[in-house]
Amino acid sequence: MGRFWRTLDRTLIRDVAALAAAAGLVGLSFGAIAIASGLPAWAVITMSVVVFAGGSQFMAVGMLAAGSPVAAILGGLLLNARHLPFGLAVADVLVGAWGSRLAGSHLMIDESVAFALAQSDPRRRAGAYWLTGISLFVTWNLGTLLGVTLGGVVDDPARFGLDAAFPAALLALLLPRLREASVRRVALVGAAVAVAGTFYLPAGLPVLLALVGLLVAVRQPALAESTP
Amino acid sequence: MAMLIVVIVALAVGTYALRLAGVLLRDRLALPPSVARLLPLAAVALLAALAATAALTDAGEWAGVARPVGVLAGVVAAWCRLPFVAAVVIAAATAAGLRLLGVP
Repeated sequence: MGRFWRTLDRTLIRDVAALAAAAGLVGLSFGAIAIASGLPAWAVITMSVVVFAGGSQFMAVGMLAAGSPVAAILGGLLLNARHLPFGLAVADVLVGAWGSRLAGSHLMIDESVAFALAQSDPRRRAGAYWLTGISLFVTWNLGTLLGVTLGGVVDDPARFGLDAAFPAALLALLLPRLREASVRRVALVGAAVAVAGTFYLPAGLPVLLALVGLLVAVRQPALAESTP
Repeated sequence: MAMLIVVIVALAVGTYALRLAGVLLRDRLALPPSVARLLPLAAVALLAALAATAALTDAGEWAGVARPVGVLAGVVAAWCRLPFVAAVVIAAATAAGLRLLGVP
């Protein structure tokens, strides 16, 4: 793992730090909301460490407050099912010792995958993945801890525009790839299908449906060949 | 209490299994190169869908105006090759500012 750190540059570290700070604020609001909904502090803190997937954590807290523990589990896992194709896509980043594969898998979040895929040089992908995963793991959990301790200081991430910051960050990381017409088509079809599905399907499923966007690439084998 | 522990453990184990499954499957599966090349594309499609649904919708409804406009401002900033940090801050500040002005 050590050799990866040498591939990190200042810009990447600054970008990751910004996103990690934002994740810390969302973690803060998660901690505050979870405590306000009646969960004990140990449960909230443990959840952030062992689940480490914000969307499913917010959903679980909501479902538990509504008295539906089964929906908390099934809904959360449906929301997290996208990690399986993520793992297929970034598996080459997690080659090597078993320890680093096992630990690296836990650090697999939207942001670490997006930062890894945004690197044009394959050698930099592992460094970007680990840096993003570790940074966000630290700030997410520190944020949760603070939120649990402070209570309702930041209960609504939307007040600071954080709800706009995360989609914008993901899109900014995808932009270099979207400059390629074939990739853009796959992404647009996937995004359109997912947005349409959001109005009819349970959370998590619409995003998975985005994989039909791949059909656009499959139907044009020449395009699939040209992607790295 | 016991129920709470069950929920946290099930969510944690299930999520970790999903994360690890893809990583381990990639080794076991002998994918033809044409399919292997689709994998990064699959991640791009998922991330784009995630960003689009998060930007435009909230709990199965349209997300109002402030959030999508904020995201758009951030994307335009990134498109104009402003630094990543600037794009993210512009997105958040635009959404927060619009809300201060009473935009939903």
